[in-house]
Formats: sequence, structure tokens, C-alpha cells
Amino acid sequence: MISTDTDILATAEAWAKAGRGVALATVVETWGSAPRPVGSHLVIDGEGNFLGSVSGGCVEGAVVAEAGDVIADGKPRTLEFGVADETAWQVGLSCGGRIKVYVEPVRA
Amino acid sequence: MDLSLLSTLNAERAARRATVLVTDLGSGEQRLVKEADLAGDVLAEALDKQLRSGKSGTVEVDGKAYFLTVQAPPPRIVVTGAVHISQALAPMAKLLDLDVTVIDPRTAFATPERFPEVTLLAEWPEEALRKAPFDGYTAFVALTHDPKIDDPALQAALRSNCFYIGALGSRKTHGKRLERLAAAGFGEADTQRIHAPIGLDIGAVSPAEIALAILGEIVQGLRGPRRKST
Repeated sequence: MISTDTDILATAEAWAKAGRGVALATVVETWGSAPRPVGSHLVIDGEGNFLGSVSGGCVEGAVVAEAGDVIADGKPRTLEFGVADETAWQVGLSCGGRIKVYVEPVRA
Repeated sequence: MDLSLLSTLNAERAARRATVLVTDLGSGEQRLVKEADLAGDVLAEALDKQLRSGKSGTVEVDGKAYFLTVQAPPPRIVVTGAVHISQALAPMAKLLDLDVTVIDPRTAFATPERFPEVTLLAEWPEEALRKAPFDGYTAFVALTHDPKIDDPALQAALRSNCFYIGALGSRKTHGKRLERLAAAGFGEADTQRIHAPIGLDIGAVSPAEIALAILGEIVQGLRGPRRKST
């Protein structure tokens, strides 16, 4: 089943209330044929569990890894993925679009 | 994001109230603006525009980049009358991502065979509206021609901040309707909210064409110049 934004934000709240380290990733800008619209969310916990998506599955791995750092140091980050970026190409936004993802901690 | 902010945001969403989460992408500062407080906000103009579009997005104001997360409840249409026009309207509304609820206490009309895939309430409006009250993201459409069914729902719609109210009927029928509403204590400012004759003037003849005209008017109410919220 595809999770809706309602499920994702409710999950973020439930995880944080359960005392888990939680980060919320949001697509804040897209260019070209980005797979998920602006405003799409991905919620990640300290153990790398996640729900939702910010791409068609292409860059989730990289976002989840970065979320671990966000949870650890409590500082938000903005990540960019796209074909123009060598590193990003390695994680594979192969549709040709570019996306900007804001990753922030959920503070209890 | 602070957990308390996230909890408020989720609670507002569950209550079908719109909010905009403002994130300063430079500093990471955040605040939640409820629709009711929107007009007095420093970013009122940008927030209003974003909320009306129904989509989240980045805006730049005075050299600062803000991400606006729009939480608008899914718009829906409540119809009284499980009639021919509603049968055409339901599948068309679905394509427009508008949820449809059909209310009609006449069980011969309100059958799942005639209305697959819609919320169908074979009850009187007073009863049905207790379960799904009107709000600022609801359009109400009266289609039965029967005052016993249409009027109670119409009165409830006029007491709410529904973004669209439409009622089927000729000018003569609507004239009588206005007399009944005046007798019930509704003033001209209230009754002027009713779109009658219903629908955009496209010369609609068939039930499907009338449904199209109604939906066109509803989309205009949703996306057009900012509706007045009470």
C-alpha cells in the first residue's frame, strides 16, 4: 500500500513520541522530470527505518544515510540530487530530473 | 521540527482545517500558520497564494527562502439528491480528485447500484450531516427539487463556511426558495452565496452537461479568487 502524507506525518509524530530519533525529509524543489512532487515526505528513524518517499526509490538510500547524521547532530541539511552532480548520479536519479531535499530532525 | 509543532499540524489536518508550515530554509526556524490567522501574518500574501494552489513550494521574500508546506484538507462535494445529474457528477468529480457524498432519504433513489464508489447516505440531511459536517473545503449542491430534503441541508450550508453552495431549479423555483429561506431568518447576504441557476452558463442540457457546468463552477470557487472564510 502506498502511504499518504497523513500516514507519514502521523508516523513521524508516533515515532518521536515513542522516544525514537526521527528525521523528516521533504522535497523542497524539483527541476525537470522529478519523480515525486514538491512537498513529498520521507520519515526516517535512528535505525534507518523509513516510510514515504522523496523519489521513485532512486535517492532514498542516500537520504536515509544523511538522516542518520541529522538525528545525531540535530542540524537540518539541504541535499541536492541530479544528473549534473557526479555523486548524485552515483546514487542514481536516472530520470534526468533534479531534486532538492530538506532533512530536519524532529525534536521532542 | 519541534514535536509539539508536528502534533499541532497533525491535529489540524485531522480536524479538516488548513495550515501552512513555514520553514526558513536558511536558519531552519519554523512556525505553523493556521488558516484563521493567515490574514494577519507577515507573509500573508505568499501564504494565501500558496494555500490556494493547494501545493507546497519554496518562496523568496526579502532575500530569504522559505519552504511553505501546505496542508489543505481534501476538498469534497456533498449533494442532496441521488438523481440523474448526481450519477453523472460522481464519476466526473472523481477524476477531479473531489470526494463525493450523496444524501437522499429516498431509498429507491439512493442505491449502491446507481452510485458505485461514492459515499451514499440514505438518510435525511440533518442526520447525515451530523456525521460529515460542512466546512470551508466542502461544496454543497442541492439537486432534489424537494424542499423537504434540500432546504435543511441548504440552511446548514448557509450557516457554515462552505466554499460553494449551488441549488438546482428555475428562477421561479429559486424565488420560492428564497422566500422560504427569508422566512427562516436568512438575509440577502446569506442567500446571495447560493449559485442559482446552478452551474456555469454553458448552455448545458443533458444531466452530464449540467454536472459539468456545476463542477466547472465548483473548481472556480476552489481555485479562483480567495473565498471568504468565516
